[in-house]
Amino acid sequence: MDLTYTEEEEAFRARLRDWLAGALAKLPPKPSPGDWPGRRAYDAGWQRALYDAGYADLHWDASPTQRLIFLEETERAGAPYVGANFVGLLHAGPTIAAEGTPEQRERWLPPILRGEEIWCQGFSEPDAGSDLAALRTRAVRDGDDYVVTGSKIWTSHAEVADWCELLVRTDPRAPRHRGISWLAMPMDAPGVTVRPLRTLAGSAEFAEVFLDEVRVPVRNRVGDENDGWRVTMVTLSFERGTAFVGEVVACRRVLAELARAARRSGRWDDPALRRRLGRLHAEFGALWRLTQWNVSEAQRSPGGVPGVGGSVFKLRYSHARQELYDAAAEVLGARALVLDGEGGPWVADRLSSLSYTIAAGTSQIQRNIVAERILGLPKGG
Amino acid sequence: MDFQPTEEQRALRAGLREVLAARFGQDALRAAVAAAEAGAPVVDRRLWRELGDTGFFALGLPEEAGGVGLGLPEAVLLFEEAGRALLPGPLVATWLAAGTVPGAAEGRVLVTAYDLGDGLVTYPAEADAVLGGSGPAAVAAGRPAVAAGPAASVDPLTPLGRAARSEGTAEAPGTAGSVGTAGTAGTPGSAGSAGTARPAAAGPGGAGGPGEPAPYRREGALLTAALQVGSALRTTELAVAYAGRREQFGRPIGAFQAVKHLCAQMLVRAELARTAVYAAAVTGDPVETAAAKLLADEAAVRGARDCLQVHGGMGFTWEAEVHLHLKRAWLRAEQWLTAAEAEEALAADLTES
Ligand SMILES: Cc1cc2nc3c(=O)[nH]c(=O)nc-3n(C[C@H](O)[C@H](O)[C@H](O)COP(=O)(O)OP(=O)(O)OC[C@H]3O[C@@H](n4cnc5c(N)ncnc54)[C@H](O)[C@@H]3O)c2cc1C
Repeated sequence: MDLTYTEEEEAFRARLRDWLAGALAKLPPKPSPGDWPGRRAYDAGWQRALYDAGYADLHWDASPTQRLIFLEETERAGAPYVGANFVGLLHAGPTIAAEGTPEQRERWLPPILRGEEIWCQGFSEPDAGSDLAALRTRAVRDGDDYVVTGSKIWTSHAEVADWCELLVRTDPRAPRHRGISWLAMPMDAPGVTVRPLRTLAGSAEFAEVFLDEVRVPVRNRVGDENDGWRVTMVTLSFERGTAFVGEVVACRRVLAELARAARRSGRWDDPALRRRLGRLHAEFGALWRLTQWNVSEAQRSPGGVPGVGGSVFKLRYSHARQELYDAAAEVLGARALVLDGEGGPWVADRLSSLSYTIAAGTSQIQRNIVAERILGLPKGG
Repeated sequence: MDFQPTEEQRALRAGLREVLAARFGQDALRAAVAAAEAGAPVVDRRLWRELGDTGFFALGLPEEAGGVGLGLPEAVLLFEEAGRALLPGPLVATWLAAGTVPGAAEGRVLVTAYDLGDGLVTYPAEADAVLGGSGPAAVAAGRPAVAAGPAASVDPLTPLGRAARSEGTAEAPGTAGSVGTAGTAGTPGSAGSAGTARPAAAGPGGAGGPGEPAPYRREGALLTAALQVGSALRTTELAVAYAGRREQFGRPIGAFQAVKHLCAQMLVRAELARTAVYAAAVTGDPVETAAAKLLADEAAVRGARDCLQVHGGMGFTWEAEVHLHLKRAWLRAEQWLTAAEAEEALAADLTES
């Protein structure tokens, strides 16, 4: 059990720190949540800066420990997180890297790394949420194209995306998991309609995507026809692995800010509040250690794929994050009701924290995964 | 960075697991409970000695002093196993006393400590010495002074007694002399009329400077947390095994989500606590130690509660192992560092960073 970093890793950290100090000074002001073109430009610009400095492919090529250091340091410095590049960098990109042909990798990966092309994830459908394998969007072969008809929902960043990693049903007669294929669909293809959905936080973070006889070239299929479920599972673990590292660092900072705010306002004299914050301090400290634990485990496993430990982490973290912002509301008192007041970002972050127990697999589904795949309890029920 | 245990560390843990499976399995556990109820001493001195022979108590002593020369990371792995097996006896205090109290390192004596509040002490009749004092190292003298006699313990395998209170020796722990004798410095409740002073009231110790508790108290809290983690992992296993075996409505109860999700949450709590304990063992950081104790207490107590629920009526019996885990977990939660103390220490750290 060793928590020290090697000289090489520390050197990497030091170089990165230096670079961040300069790069962040040149960052444009953050666009407002409603300004999607602005947000896209901002996120893409940051990715381009990372690319130019040689840090673009850290999510893919680096050792898990280097990635951990990268995420820790960028968050500590207050750098932007992946934002609109989330799917490209953490999901579609790794999928193409692992399962794509050399031509596919050449076509799609460099623009993701340079921040030139934004991807979205078209998995969920109105009738296929937790039960993703129930998806019905049809793709019918017609010459060199698939003709795709159906609808997707909760597609984050669909409004600004160039590409969509799309799960479609290519064999309606096969058993559910075996009739699915993974396609890269251009979002500007005729027949694609995007209707933004407003989240409870007020801004439009995701959308409905309607597909009406959209032609997608067969060469855009990654993996074999009807093998899309397996292709997807390979990379879903990335999403639950280290995707939240930076956020844990951020939560620890927010907690310290909360304590200072409580000191200023006098609420700190309330032992119940103090103890609540103390407990959260334990919680986020341990979640950080759990991340290091999972990364160490991934490092030992072939290919560095994060294990099921990601589900343990995701379950605890998503609830801890909600508790953190509920504690923030207690610190703020009635000021937690004011969106543009002294509560600053905490009020909006409290709202967005509500999605954490739903997105990327609900807590109930994560508990099923932990119980069935780690503990070996019987399926079903 | 490689936070996972090394091969040697895994082997060490597996070794103790084997010893305990052979020497303190479920039958031995039941027999120990029955013997304790019949008024016999709880601790099996021969097993204690055998533990000593394996180097359990001397693990942290330098090799020149006849120890094993390993550190807290190895110790928490071993204590996790001891917690899993529900091994009785003042393991933590005796470990801390190794090198200070003659015979402790070899498992020849039982050493208890003033690690509980409200004037209570564990193993009052069986312990040969008691840790007290406030210097950088634990010191001990004599047997615990038990004024008001034994107190019936909720945990059949952890006898309790009321420690003598000596008015007038209101020495605040962490501020004074190096030798704590039974019933004076470091005795819970010895702070006279204040009545609330307890050794770790200011949180886990740092350098042991004025006003801070002795560093051995931090180790005591950490090792106790490791025992709790072992118990939490064990109750998770027990619940999962029972849920896979017991059938109702024509299927194993573990197929019902209400049961399945209880088990999943048990594992999540145990795993988080385990990482916290390992991390605190590696860093030696007092704040991480407080976090580890807090999370491990929670994992053990709630794990045992959920395990009881999964067992239904069987869980409420004397026969099932579950109640022993719950009662021990309750007891350990009060030892060295309580939830309130840990949370206050963590809160204090928040405003310092
Ligand atoms: C902010 C946000 C962003 C998202 N972004 C994307 C995206 O970019 N692309 C994409 O494809 N999807 C995205 N999603 C969709 C997300 O993956 C789904 O919302 C999620 O998988 C749950 O599906 P659902 O909403 O249909 O809920 P349902 O599956 O209908 O679940 C409703 C409730 O029933 C429970 N439930 C369902 N099945 C079970 C079961 N077997 N056992 C116990 N309880 C069960 C659930 O836990 C939940 O509480 C996003 C969601 C959110 C909130």
